[in-house]
Amino acid sequence: MTIIYMLLALSLLVAIIFFVLFIFSVRKGQYDDTYTPSVRMLFDDELVKENAELTGDNAGKKLNKTKVNLTNPDK
Amino acid sequence: MVNCFHCGDECRDDVITHDEKSFCCHGCKTVYDILHDSDLGYYYDIEKNPGISPNEIAGKFDFLDNQTIVEKLLEFNDGKMQIVSFVIPSIHCSSCIWILENLNKLSPSVTSSQVNFPEKTVRISFSSGEDALKNLVILLSRIGYEPYISLDDSDKKDKNVDRSLIFKLTVAGFAFGNIMFLSLPEYFEGSEFWLDKFKPFFRWLMFAFSLPVVFYSASGYFISAYKGLRSKILNIDVPIALGVAVLFIRSTIDIVMDWGTGFFDSLAGLLFFLLLGKFFQQKTYSYLSFERDYKSYFPIAVTRLFKNPEGNTVEEQAEVYKVEKGDRLLIRNNEIIPVDAILIKGNALIDYSFVTGEAEPISKQSGDKLFAGGKQQAGIIEVEVLKPVSQSYLTQLWSNDVFSKDRTGVFESLTDSISKRFTVTLLTIAFIATIFWMVVDPSKAFNVFTAVLIVACPCAIALAAPFTLGNVLRIFGREKLYLKEASVIEQMAKLDTVVFDKTGTLTTNQKNLITYEGVALTEEEQKLLTSTLRASSHPLSRSLYSILDKNDIQTLDEFEEEVGKGISASYNDNSIKVGSYEFVGDSSDSIDEIKNKTTVHISANKVYKGCYVFNSEYRTGVADVFEQIGKDKEVIVLSGDNEGERERLEAMLPQGVKLYFNQKPNDKLNFIKSLQQEGKRVLMIGDGLNDAGALKQSDVGFVISENTNVFSPACDGILDASKFDKIPDYLNFSKKGVQVIKWAFVLSLFYNLIGISFAVTGHLLPVVAAILMPLSSISVVVFTTVTTQSIGKKLRMSINKKS
Repeated sequence: MTIIYMLLALSLLVAIIFFVLFIFSVRKGQYDDTYTPSVRMLFDDELVKENAELTGDNAGKKLNKTKVNLTNPDK
Repeated sequence: MVNCFHCGDECRDDVITHDEKSFCCHGCKTVYDILHDSDLGYYYDIEKNPGISPNEIAGKFDFLDNQTIVEKLLEFNDGKMQIVSFVIPSIHCSSCIWILENLNKLSPSVTSSQVNFPEKTVRISFSSGEDALKNLVILLSRIGYEPYISLDDSDKKDKNVDRSLIFKLTVAGFAFGNIMFLSLPEYFEGSEFWLDKFKPFFRWLMFAFSLPVVFYSASGYFISAYKGLRSKILNIDVPIALGVAVLFIRSTIDIVMDWGTGFFDSLAGLLFFLLLGKFFQQKTYSYLSFERDYKSYFPIAVTRLFKNPEGNTVEEQAEVYKVEKGDRLLIRNNEIIPVDAILIKGNALIDYSFVTGEAEPISKQSGDKLFAGGKQQAGIIEVEVLKPVSQSYLTQLWSNDVFSKDRTGVFESLTDSISKRFTVTLLTIAFIATIFWMVVDPSKAFNVFTAVLIVACPCAIALAAPFTLGNVLRIFGREKLYLKEASVIEQMAKLDTVVFDKTGTLTTNQKNLITYEGVALTEEEQKLLTSTLRASSHPLSRSLYSILDKNDIQTLDEFEEEVGKGISASYNDNSIKVGSYEFVGDSSDSIDEIKNKTTVHISANKVYKGCYVFNSEYRTGVADVFEQIGKDKEVIVLSGDNEGERERLEAMLPQGVKLYFNQKPNDKLNFIKSLQQEGKRVLMIGDGLNDAGALKQSDVGFVISENTNVFSPACDGILDASKFDKIPDYLNFSKKGVQVIKWAFVLSLFYNLIGISFAVTGHLLPVVAAILMPLSSISVVVFTTVTTQSIGKKLRMSINKKS
């Protein structure tokens, strides 16, 4: 049954990792704004659609701009 | 009626059709063009009519030429990259987020931008260059997102948010879960071989988990209890700190002596619930600020004129703090005068409504004294500074003691008042029980003493108020009364005097009730009047113009505006004069000037016709609100304006309402103070900077705001103007909330009674404590939440029924 020391140590280690990660993310301000990311997330999709249209109509002219967007997916 | 494609407003005078879309003004059309040319038309697909009509004033951001100001605004600057955060009040929808985060498409220098929607801020990083910041601000203004930059931004503040409560809560929750998990085997009192073997190890592990809980999570309670005891107050934190200390010491002794498993599970659970209550009680409205002073209203810089060595007058952008006595300043239209000054050149028409409560703009001649805080409304003026910003008539209000005093903890909350009796009773029971067991069975005496203190730890009592008030706070927020903190609700329930400001509080800011007195105008004269008013930029002309019929606008043959007096104009053979009585009136006529009222007089073809009288329009339901509040409270009106409205107010309001006029900001503060010295608990409801002192001095200060985006002075709560007639409902609701807290106290005392009966008989097992404590806490939380929500529903029903 001494294996229980090992199991306990492992479970605690996992718990503590998550605990530290949580503290870290709060400290970095990741929970300060819980609204905007939910809206921003929806834009990314739409933007790709718009880019696809653009490359269709006006491929040559707008290509560069499209590239900028694609290389910066978090915008 | 067509609505503008960009901003959604009704297109009033003339519709601009462009690209098969209608626009209400050129500003809106320009924004559309800018966005369209940069392939940002998607802006209009996310939300319908998302735009804001831009309001460009040439030279408004010239102060960004001053490098020291730019440095103060920048958050980060390494010579190549600069980062700045702006508050943009007009952020309101998802289109706004999208366009502001795609700024890099509009300006190549922007590398990235991120919007914080709840706070209405945008953080932009851009490559530095000459005028980079100024260009950025101008770009934002051009597309309708003008950043709000005020004197407040020039004091760099620590942006460190206090997150210690979250950390304490996390630690307690983490320890609570793990200790529960480790103590589970012993709950069943099995005596298997392996269980006995691991017992000490498990126990010491629990001890280890409880250390951060006691020394970190509970630290706030120990500190507060110590402070309370030192000032001889038995606040609720005293029995809590006592309970926590006893729990920890007793449990440690238990495991050292191998008497039992200890109460580490209850200890961690107790703190977890207590901190959860504290956390719930906080509800922050991140885009509202309750701590503002004049600094957030005043500009960061002014245009200063000085003579260079060659003898020419040069304009320079100077920081407001650097302005000294004797400096010459240039104030443009719609700018705020930041200092007390003397008017040197130009025609001043100053709007003091926000600063003194005078309803109508006042015109000043050169040589007149201008007070800080007024807003110039007619062209450019030149002034000479009399006093620097910190010593001006208005800003001196902030040097009053009220603003430096920390009011928190001054009043005794409901919880503290019950905790006094509770702690005394608890200690008495503990000692009696201990003495009893000393006689009967001394070996049990220590156990009983500690058990009483442990089980009676007033966890449920301490939770009753935070959860009730937290719920009430959220219900108020839904009904558009935004409170600064939960303790305001308890204060609200105790009020017995309500003081209203007049201008901007009882009256609306926008609309004016205009009546005509005199000889009726002919159709020709009517047309001529409209055409004349159309050409004038005077605020009174604008508001008069907006209510008249706008048929057949004629191009005038002659038009002359004498600022501060009036306008004369002619068309064909008809001539008209509009303005003050001295300007319009024929000397042979003798008409009593209607005193203390804002009037616009008219004469046509040199014959006096009559005048338009401007009455400030009162909010709907003012009389009703006074009637209802007046039932059990004293109601007072305190106005900075002159007595012109006295008769009207007296006729409208119920008998017994006291009216005071010509009250300066300091008078208001002292008036509230004297009421409080008579033992009254005062609610002040105001709106402007002139009420700031009174709002701070009063027990509860509310600000009425037409638009919660704009500036409001420091207060305890911000009420949306549309809900003005609901004030009596809010006050009643706060009383009901306090009632709920009292019932929750009864409930939690009942649990304590059960717990103590276990404890004094010496039967408190850890498992009983571990069940009883969370059970009492949870049932109190459920009780308060359910009852406040149900009375909240009633509140909403009564509000909806009325409107």
